[in-house]
Amino acid sequence: MNYHWNWQFFLQQTDDGLRYYEWILSGLGWTTLVSLGALALALVVGSALGVMRTTERRALVLIGDSYVDLFRNIPLIVQLFLWFFVVPELLPEVLGMWVKQQLPYVATAIVGLGLYTAARIAEQVKSGIQSLSRGQRNAGLALGFTEWQTYRFVRLPMAYRIVLPALTSEAMNVFKNSSVTYAVGMLELYFQYKQIIEKTSQVLEITLVVTLLYVVLAFTMNRLLGWVERRTRVPGLIAAGQGGH
Amino acid sequence: MHFSRTLIALAVMAAGLSAPAGAQDASATLAKIRDAKTIVVGHRESSVPFSYLGADQKPVGYMMDLCAKVVDVVKERLKMPDLAVRYQAVTSQNRIPLMQNGTIDIECGSTTNSVARQQQVAFSVTPFITSIRMVVRKDSGIKAITDLDGKPLVTTTGTTSDKLIKDNEKGQSVNVTNVYGKDHADSFLMVASGRAAAFVMDDILLAGLMANAKDPAQFEIVGPSLRDEPYGVMLRKGDPEFKALVDGTLTGMMKNGEVAKIYTKWFQSPIPPRNVNLNFPMSEALRLALATPTDKGVE
Repeated sequence: MNYHWNWQFFLQQTDDGLRYYEWILSGLGWTTLVSLGALALALVVGSALGVMRTTERRALVLIGDSYVDLFRNIPLIVQLFLWFFVVPELLPEVLGMWVKQQLPYVATAIVGLGLYTAARIAEQVKSGIQSLSRGQRNAGLALGFTEWQTYRFVRLPMAYRIVLPALTSEAMNVFKNSSVTYAVGMLELYFQYKQIIEKTSQVLEITLVVTLLYVVLAFTMNRLLGWVERRTRVPGLIAAGQGGH
Repeated sequence: MHFSRTLIALAVMAAGLSAPAGAQDASATLAKIRDAKTIVVGHRESSVPFSYLGADQKPVGYMMDLCAKVVDVVKERLKMPDLAVRYQAVTSQNRIPLMQNGTIDIECGSTTNSVARQQQVAFSVTPFITSIRMVVRKDSGIKAITDLDGKPLVTTTGTTSDKLIKDNEKGQSVNVTNVYGKDHADSFLMVASGRAAAFVMDDILLAGLMANAKDPAQFEIVGPSLRDEPYGVMLRKGDPEFKALVDGTLTGMMKNGEVAKIYTKWFQSPIPPRNVNLNFPMSEALRLALATPTDKGVE
């Protein structure tokens, strides 16, 4: 294979005065921002939905279940296109134009990726809560806790510890899935990857570097949450594993 | 002394060029084609009207017609009238690696011949020149680059066009926000839906998108050419003999008017699959390039 290897191109100047490695760093920054933003949104919305689905109120359960069915069954890229192209057209004219021309694209990306991930987190939070015996809730109520307080002080602290390994996978997935947001105009790592291939044609070098960066990002989340898992471990509980993988 | 040495070098080169054809071919590509009894033609799936899938999912287009002639010449040269032709779809991401690793022998698509790419691959003489211009909605009132100040402007991810916006920003102190679409259809949709004021791209691609829009009369291509870019048939680097064969074939067709006929067939007549006419007359730059064939790449 007569490939012309050239690792120096990362230091070369691009059209806009920056160097190629700076494009990669900028993409890395946006990837991190979108991923962390989406993860935060997903944890909040996903937890709320997960809790709703374990309550005694039929209406709340129905809302939670429908949300999960809807958002888990539509491909991520289609969801992003819906938020990007379709939703603004459904809004009143003035608001729609504002969304289209003023709202930063990162907001659409975070909402799209966050709400998609929320459905998956809701499923895990629900299964965490359901894995606890009903006696936990009853004991809480017997002690005079309100329903909400049994979640806040008894059930959720246990449930989160149980599902933390599964949440770790989701956190890693968010970073990998964030590459899809290039399709709605995010200038993140995968976007820069495509741009750099087009400008330099140094496909192999840039592919190796970008692959490695995604591995590093996902693995950092893995180690970080492994650390959280060890820190929050309660001796004697089933969730008191080794932490990490 | 120098003069005579140059003469000897020229004589040796001339001898090399006129070496007998057939079994003694030094061309690695021709040798590969002969051994495999197959020539692999890389094509695009949706580069209308250059190279795309027609009604029966067979690749057709302006470049495919030109390449068909090249394939005929290869058959003659190798004395293999039954040489098999295999078509391999490529994308803008994988076309260069697939050429380098030998998956395809010749790429007939819409690839810009640039100096940067010449580090990796070779290009034939130029059979088409595209101008980079912009498409806008007619009701937007935009006529020139200066009308774009403060407006969002879209271009497609992974293409070479966005540099020109930046160049013009400097030259004319026009401030635009750059936004990016995933592919050309996406970028066009961003103009249609009002997310972007203009889409900057190769004018022929814009004409194709417009021709296929629901209401073509809503849009128009405006502004000067920001840059001319030559397209080329892409070949493997370091095989001057095969390149000479391809260049010779194309140059012959340019001289005898065959290229002009094929141009009319694809750019100024209804084309498959929907019988849309692109109404895209030959530009002055292309007329010149066909009269004096060149394989110069764009910076």
